[in-house]
Formats: sequence, structure tokens, C-alpha cells
Amino acid sequence: MIEKVPSKNLERTVAVIGNPNTGKSTLFTALTGVHSRIGNYPGVTVEKKVGWFEFEGQSIRLVDLPGTYSLSPRTIDEMVSVDVLLGRQAEVGQIDAVVCIADASNLERNLYVVSQVLDLGLPTVLILNMWDVAQDRGIQIDPVELGNRLGIKVIPCEAHRRRQIDKVRSGIVQACNSLKPTPPDLFPEVFHEEGRRLQAEFLQISNQILPTYLVERLILDVGGQLETELTKPDPEQLISRLKESRERLKLVQFRVPNIEAKLRYGWSRKILTGVMTVPEKRPSTATDSLDRWLTHKFWGLLVFCLAMFIVFQSISWAAQPLMKFCELGQKHVGEMIGSLLPFGPFRSLMVDGVIAGVGGILVFLPQICFLFLFIALLEDCGYMARAAFLMDKLMTKVGLSGKSFVPLMSSFACAIPGIMATRTIENRRDRMVTILIAPLMSCSARAPVYWLMVAAFFPRISWVGGWITLHGIMLFVMTFFGAVVAVPIAWLFKKTLFKGETPPFVMELPSYKIPSPRIVLHRVFDRATAFVMRAGTLILATSILIWCASYFPSDHTEEQKVLVEIRQAETTFASELDLKEQLNQLRENTVNRKEPLLDAVPLPEIDEKIRKLDERLKPLHDLFDTRNKISEQLLANSFLGRFGKVIEPVVKPLGWDWRIGVGVLASFPAREVIISTLGTIYSLGGDVDENSQGLQSALQSANWPDGRPVYSIPVAMSIMVFFALCAQCASTLMVIRRETNHWGWAGFTFVYMTILAYIGAWIAYVVTGWLMAA
Amino acid sequence: MTLDDLKIGQRALIVEVGGDDGIAIRLMEMGLTDGEEITLIGFAPLGDPIEFLIRGYRLSLRKAEARRVEVTALVDSKL
Repeated sequence: MIEKVPSKNLERTVAVIGNPNTGKSTLFTALTGVHSRIGNYPGVTVEKKVGWFEFEGQSIRLVDLPGTYSLSPRTIDEMVSVDVLLGRQAEVGQIDAVVCIADASNLERNLYVVSQVLDLGLPTVLILNMWDVAQDRGIQIDPVELGNRLGIKVIPCEAHRRRQIDKVRSGIVQACNSLKPTPPDLFPEVFHEEGRRLQAEFLQISNQILPTYLVERLILDVGGQLETELTKPDPEQLISRLKESRERLKLVQFRVPNIEAKLRYGWSRKILTGVMTVPEKRPSTATDSLDRWLTHKFWGLLVFCLAMFIVFQSISWAAQPLMKFCELGQKHVGEMIGSLLPFGPFRSLMVDGVIAGVGGILVFLPQICFLFLFIALLEDCGYMARAAFLMDKLMTKVGLSGKSFVPLMSSFACAIPGIMATRTIENRRDRMVTILIAPLMSCSARAPVYWLMVAAFFPRISWVGGWITLHGIMLFVMTFFGAVVAVPIAWLFKKTLFKGETPPFVMELPSYKIPSPRIVLHRVFDRATAFVMRAGTLILATSILIWCASYFPSDHTEEQKVLVEIRQAETTFASELDLKEQLNQLRENTVNRKEPLLDAVPLPEIDEKIRKLDERLKPLHDLFDTRNKISEQLLANSFLGRFGKVIEPVVKPLGWDWRIGVGVLASFPAREVIISTLGTIYSLGGDVDENSQGLQSALQSANWPDGRPVYSIPVAMSIMVFFALCAQCASTLMVIRRETNHWGWAGFTFVYMTILAYIGAWIAYVVTGWLMAA
Repeated sequence: MTLDDLKIGQRALIVEVGGDDGIAIRLMEMGLTDGEEITLIGFAPLGDPIEFLIRGYRLSLRKAEARRVEVTALVDSKL
């Protein structure tokens, strides 16, 4: 262990626990500010969030535990909280005190978990958050008297307005320095006796020394995680002892599991009687009147569709230009660094490996930030729970819950924020299935591939006066193809990998509130940095790896010679190149203008000028052609190209030649890379895009050695289907690894999607072939 | 009768939550204990889930879960 610089006082560790929707993370942020770190607990998907603050010379380490309604763990993920509180989590260590955060407007239910925490016997402080909401509802609470009855300090607070934060800090410090309180003993002596008996039996049979708290939880949690975990040494004997114990208790009217809820809620009501007064008639709040519209049969769905539409429109409106900006920036930085460095492997590594890799990470950032901005807004204002409420029935059809809707929907823009947004899904199975199918949603990186194939190989047919085009239909079909395939896949995963009881959809609908800009921006910043720092490095490594495979082992001296010549020629023809760019701009403006200006230069005249200029530039164009031919050769002879040829028999059933195979291999870091790889492979240079006429006609005229054309509608279909279903996106795989805390799931996603893509592409090729022949 | 048989705005007393599996435990943890009063507030636009008022907060449950909660309807005398 690293020895810390001794401060005035020893650092104390405090766990933060409470129900979901109590503003726990808001309070956490308010307490610790930027001094927090996010990680993972080993072996589970739970996020480990730790923060620090100092108050009156005492430094406190805060450990944020996932929001929970109770401390009876039903999964390994829920077990983390119990382990942390009991000091059984090695990475956290002993807990000095617990901060319970409760929703003041919903105290009766919130006290349930508080009573379980008090049973731990740790110094505890209770924060009554959302004090203002409770006041608005006419709920009166006496915190001092409540504190007296509970035997702990109770502090009212409004975390989202940052009110009373210092009081909370002081309360936490006080709790750390106070004695352990006596737990309110809700259970009869006969239960504790049974606990001691079982404790002895476990010691005797399996040699396990169990803390009293765990043994008692073991008895109470029928079918819980403790039952699986603690009986592992000798399942048969231990489970039968446990069952006997519960049977004996049943005989004395102590019915497990019903008794716990009954006793704790009885206690909660008793504690609150005389301390809390609730108005006789629940006043109709703004939330109620809003919900009358927002969960209405017709208006509710309309508003929902509108909200989703606005989210997506604003992403394309705001994020697309930024993404273009990123791409442009990448190009310019590449050119700048390229012009500074001498030609050679190092320059190529910098420009085609590192800068392209960094650009590939940054290009996702605008989308991630914008999607997260919306997700955080929807979450913070309380609409997210309504979205889940509205969409639940639809999602249960595929075995998921309403909470999966927004993450999957976000994946239509980009799977990365979609996968990151699955954190709101508490149920592990639901969350895992959502993560695994999210990359099947058609993200924006697939569009260029579809567009290239559709534009190059599908005839321009249109109906209804040009309103409906075959191209449009094909793009539409491809966009939703992945989502359609995802339905049976989700069902299959639910039936095989993530079998188990359907999780209950018990969800509270929190009050609406105006989102706090600070909290929303903080969350966006958190997610964006998490993506760049933790996934970014690995994405960069992948890009460099692919670069190596496409650069080596060929001899690049000839290419470098041509590149030097090009650079010289570009200096010689500088003025011509400038003029050409101006003419191209003028041409574009003239073409796009619906009504020609009076003094406009006619199009044929411009074209003639460009043609003449191109004649003068012929030496330069020849050099480009030579370079492109050399690049093609180099790629063909590289490790990547050789590997592509080796696997040609594998991709042949899909109608592909080795070139397409190489394109697919090279596009592992990101799907859209296939376009520039195809550009290089067809001697057009790597800087083509999906609208390039040259690339489209190069594809149309590519032939097999025997002269048959490579590309046809079936091949185009098979490529599109492959790209719709494949996992060619290093960033997504890295994010899956991060979110599931396991490489295995990233690997699994890649394997299952690639197999699916291969089979899908093969079916598409064969079926389209038949249809074309018929 | 069970929870999903209630009409909008109808109040009822919980008699029993059926079963002792995870769902039953979760329902009880959320405050659905016997003798407690519960009100059906409304249905989601697609008919499922259902929204209830219990212990002063709004809880949404699927029909399948609501069906496991045995209740007796209260005759509203305040009408």
C-alpha cells in the first residue's frame, strides 16, 4: 500500500447509500466537486466512484454505492454494497461511517434501507434531501426529533441548489468521530437465536466464520445472492440447514421473507408518527398536472415521439458540423505535420496511424457529448422514468424493459453513448442484453457505406413524381435492418446467456424538476473524459496496429520518391492549383443556384476553363496516378494485403474478392475506413469519400481475373448487410469492455456480430442472386 | 381481486403479496405490505405498466406483477 503524507487527521472512509432518485450523485458531486475518481470493482459491472473532501482539517474519502431500495442482495452486483459496508471489499477497506441519503418527500419508504443500514451498527448520518420538494407538498418534518428517535444526526438538505452542503460535511465529520450507535433491534429474540444456531452450523460444516449480520441476511433473503455465495462450500447440506432454520421460524409465526418488510415498515411508520405530518389530502402538484399530459394515451406518446425527434434532429444539426470540423482538423493537422516531416515510415506512422487514430476518437466526441447532454437533461428533469414507463410494453415484447429504450435509440446515432447510457438499467441481465445488441442499431458511421453501394449499384428509379426513390427505400431498409435483426437476437440472449426470472419492473416516477446546468454539464464532462481517457488509448493502439499491417513489410522508397516529386510539382503549379480550386467553387455555386444570376458565367464556359487548366496540370495528375498505383501495389503486398489474399476463399461465398476482404480487415478500427481503403485499393488514393464518382465507377468496372465484374447488386447487398451487422468499430468494443468490466464481453460481441454478419451477407448474396435471376 | 383489477382512482387494501421469489420480495420492499392502502392512478398509453400511489409516492408496476398482489377494494365513502 502507498503511504499517504500524514495529514492533521487520519483519512476516514465514508460510504454513501440511498434509494435511487434521491439526488445521491448530485450530493456526491456537491460534496467532492472535481475530486473524484471512477473505476470498477473486480468481476462486476458496478461502477466504483470514490471522492475526497476536507472539512475542518479532517479529510474524508467518500465511496458512492449504487442506488438501492434495500440491502438484500439478489445479484453479485448488489452484493458489492453489502461487502463494502461490512468492510469485506478489499479495495475499499474498513468503513468508518455511513451517509444515508433519503428523499424527504418520500421518507416512509426511504427509511426502509435506513433501518437496514442501522442494523450494521456503524456511525450513521441521515441526509433528508429534496427538502424543498417536501415543503411544496406540505410535508412537515422535525429533523431534531427524528434524529433523537433514530439515535443519529439528521440533516435537511437541497443538494441540487447546493444548500446546507457544509452542514452535511460537518455532519459526516461528526459521525466519523462518534461512537457506534446501538442498532434498533426490530427482530424478536427467537430470530437472533436461530441466527446464532445457523452461524454455528455453517462453522461446523464449511468452516466459515460468518458475521452475525450476514447470517441474519442469509435467513431473510430467500433465493438471494448470499444463498448462492455462502452455501458454495457444501450446497446440499448448507441449503437444507438454511431451509430447516426458516421452517422452524415459520412455526413461531416468523414468516420469511414477508416478515422483514412488515417489521421494517411498521418501524418506519412508528418512528415517523408525530415527527412527520403529511397533509390529509395529497395536494395536486405541478408534477401531477404535467403527468396528466405526458403520460396521456395520445398526447403522451406524441410528446415522446416529438422529444426523440428533436434529440435526433439536434444531433445532426449540432454534432454533424462539429464532426466535419473534427475531420477537417484531422486533415489539416495531418497535412501540417506531414509537411514538416521527411517522407518515411515515421511520417506515415504519424499521419496515417497516430493522427488518423486520434481523429477517429475525437470524431465521436461531438455525438457523445450531445447525446449525453440530452440523456442527462432527460434524466435530471425526471422525464427518463416516464420514457421507460411509456415504452415498457413495447420493449417487453423482446424481453427487455422500458429502460432499454433510450439507450437503444441513442445507438442509432452512435452505439458508444448508447452503451454508456445503459447504466440506468439496474437489472444486470437486461443491461447486458441491451449492451450486446446496441451495436446492431444502425449508427451514423454505416451510412457512408450504404450510400456508396446504393449510389453505385442500384438503378435510379423513382415513383410518385420523384417523392419515393429506390435509393431512398434502400437506405431506409438498411437503416432499420440491424434493429429488426436485434429482436430475435435479444430474445435468444435472454433465453440462453441471461436466463432467469423476469426482473420486476418496479419503478417510481419521480417529481419533475428543472435540470441543474451544473449537474448536467458535469455528467457530460464525466462521460466524455471517460471515453477519451479509457477507451481512447486502446482505439489509438488498434489504429496503429492496422497501420503497421498495411505498411509493412513492403519497400516504400519508390513511393517516397514519387511523393517528393508531387510536393515539388505542387509548388511549381501553386497558382494553377489555386485557380482550379476557385473555379471548382464557382462551378459548385453555379450548379447549386436554382435561378442563375444575370452576370453568372455559364457552366460550359467554366467547364472549358477547368479542362484547359487540367491539361496544364497533366504532369501533376500523372504523378498522382503513379502514386496511387504504387499505393495499391504496396497495400496488396503488405501483411494486410497478403492476409486478405489468404482469406479470399473465406469471403468468396459472399461474392467478395480479396480487395473487399482487405477493406473489411482494414476497417476494424471504424467502419467508414472501408471507403478510403477501397479508394487506395482501386488506385484512387485514400482521400475519396462515398460521393466520389471516381470510386463509384471504379467499383462498377472492377473485374475478377476471368473478366466477370466483381460488383453486382447481390455483392453490394452482401457488403451492406455485412456492414449492418458486423462489429467493425474498435471504439464500441472498447466501451463494451469498459462498461462490462470484462474483455470477454467485448470479444463475444465481436465474434457473435461477425458470425451474424457473415451469415447475413451470405444469405443476402444468395437470395438477391436468385431474385435477380428470376 | 388483485391489483390489476382496480379501476382508475380506486383505492384498495393489500391482503397479500403472493410467492416468496425475488419479485415478491422486491414488491414488499417497495412497501406493498398487508394492510396497506394503495390507489391506482393510471395506465401507461400502451395499457401496461400501471401507476399506483402507495405510502405517499408513485410506483409503476407491470400487470404481471400487479396480478400477484391480492387486494380488497375500498368503497369510497368520500364520493
